[in-house]
Amino acid sequence: MTVQIWTYSIVALTFALYIGIAIWSRAGSTKEFYVAGGGVSPLANGMATAADWMSAASFISMAGLISFIGYDGSVYLMGWTGGYVLLALLLAPYLRKFGKFTVPDFIGERYYSKTARLVAVFCALLVSFTYVAGQMRGVGVVFSRFLEVDITTGVIIGMIIVLFYAVLGGMKGITYTQVAQYCVLIFAFMVPAIFISFQMTGNPIPQLGMGGKGADGMYLLEKLNGLSTELGFAEYTSGSKSKMDIFAITAALMVGTAGLPHVIVRFFTVKKVKDARKSAGLALLLIAILYTAAPAVAVFARLNLINTVSGQPYAQMPGWFSNWESTGLLGFNDKNGDGLIQYSANAMLNELTVDRDIMVLANPEIANLPAWVIALVAAGGLAAALSTAAGLLLVISSSVSHDLVKNVFKPDISDKQELLVARLSAVGAVVVAGYFGINPPGFVAAVVALAFGLAAASFFPAIILGIFYKKMNKEGAIAGMIVGIGLMLFYMLKFKFGIFDGGKTAVAGLSKDWWFGISPEGFGFIAMLVNFAVSLTINAVTPEPPGEVQEIVETIRIPSGAGEATH
Amino acid sequence: MSKSDNAKKYWKENLRYVTILLSIWFSVSFLAGVVLKDFLDQYSFGGFPLGFWFAQQGSIYVFVILIFVYVRWMNKLDKKYNYDKD
Repeated sequence: MTVQIWTYSIVALTFALYIGIAIWSRAGSTKEFYVAGGGVSPLANGMATAADWMSAASFISMAGLISFIGYDGSVYLMGWTGGYVLLALLLAPYLRKFGKFTVPDFIGERYYSKTARLVAVFCALLVSFTYVAGQMRGVGVVFSRFLEVDITTGVIIGMIIVLFYAVLGGMKGITYTQVAQYCVLIFAFMVPAIFISFQMTGNPIPQLGMGGKGADGMYLLEKLNGLSTELGFAEYTSGSKSKMDIFAITAALMVGTAGLPHVIVRFFTVKKVKDARKSAGLALLLIAILYTAAPAVAVFARLNLINTVSGQPYAQMPGWFSNWESTGLLGFNDKNGDGLIQYSANAMLNELTVDRDIMVLANPEIANLPAWVIALVAAGGLAAALSTAAGLLLVISSSVSHDLVKNVFKPDISDKQELLVARLSAVGAVVVAGYFGINPPGFVAAVVALAFGLAAASFFPAIILGIFYKKMNKEGAIAGMIVGIGLMLFYMLKFKFGIFDGGKTAVAGLSKDWWFGISPEGFGFIAMLVNFAVSLTINAVTPEPPGEVQEIVETIRIPSGAGEATH
Repeated sequence: MSKSDNAKKYWKENLRYVTILLSIWFSVSFLAGVVLKDFLDQYSFGGFPLGFWFAQQGSIYVFVILIFVYVRWMNKLDKKYNYDKD
């Protein structure tokens, strides 16, 4: 069978599975729609959280990105896993005990204020929309390369699938599809990784193969360091970012992870506080399988790429080279006309352009793996993108139906009506996300990384203080969130989009003006510190929170009597 | 022991656990993987420079272990203070 037929079959099979689950798990009440009825087992929730968390960025882009930046890529590995430690130890158990449906729910009630709730809704929508557009784009790219439909058709097919189970099943449908999607995506990521590890090092475990020796008896990393410097790149295991920036980006990603509403809300779906802790551990364990294999895949892919193309005649390139060339994601420009591919860090001499996003998808082809493995990777990429998109859409729709309509504009709405509003807002959110997937505003990719900065700068301090500092009041929390997210937005607009200095073209020249030498990706860490400082200062000069709010804080610190999530 | 006394003691022990675990969390990532990375890189661990290994592998393994240790400790603590019933 050809790759194409394999891909169609495997993708169709997984889609049929997702739709089947959606029909089986329709939601009948708002409680089922928002928190899957509150009875999800820790293991199922762990798997769903892992799939929710691992997006197109983790599956498709991360290993490729690390492949090209080596040690600097550690920020994603540590940042996107270390955040779970914060989540498990500082947030998940308490938010579960609090027992509400959404993150703005917690902020609104803990800070006894509609303003606080509205600020939180704004932050949740900003974070989730920027993130979801990138997912739909990922769906489009996979479709266009593997199923040879155009990106628009790809995005529309993806929209219909997500619509089907997110609108029908809400959190309940999403949870059980995510369980299936986790299995598909982890299998799809690990199979090629194991194949390639065995091929290159004789060790089937990629995490060990990465530190192993190649057929020539040299350590892979040593060899890669040598090749990189030969071609003029930084040493693979050293990287080129400043320590300060690495520190700040890692911190921003960790804290941002712990502050992302679509991740937090998953912990509202389990029965007990004990289950919330356990499922955070299981989620990280399941995520770590991919996250420790990804840097290995990065090393294998980079070595394979250099060995296959560098200095080789263009005419002898294998089939995958021209396949990817036709998508425009891989390019060769024979500057010196010798018919050989010169790959170099020097822009004047370099003749090869590689979009880093294709590394994971092209890797099995570069390594000559069988057709079904290549097809599996396509299905895995789709599972990763769809599962995350669904989780985000739920946050968007519940922010609108629960936090805005039910709690602010129309408190007397019935459960049935609220469910309808939730479904309609899910439809609206899918359409908007799809639009951005088809017409990506140039900044989508950039903003996805910044979504973490926004979450770190807004939610994290307000939630932490809300749990660990009984006397934290609404004035402090609201001021902190507004200043934090405002500062982050300002820094993003100034240094990422250059809007104060003449637009995109000015961005490169602005990096010398970065505050403390910290890039916009890492600035969420600083904005978070500022949020904490502002919150505590304002808190010190404004009245204490009322007694009953302080009592709520006392109760959420005790795990027993969690009851069920309620309005 | 009064009810609120019990709760206070429980909370204090909880904070102690969290502090211990987060110090380890900080050490394996920010210290070993970033601040002390260059120093640790002079040692190697199999084919890995040690600091690089912490940044791309070791820290993640430790994170997983930390959460499971926390789960275990907290389950014991819940029992000790009689908070393990619903």
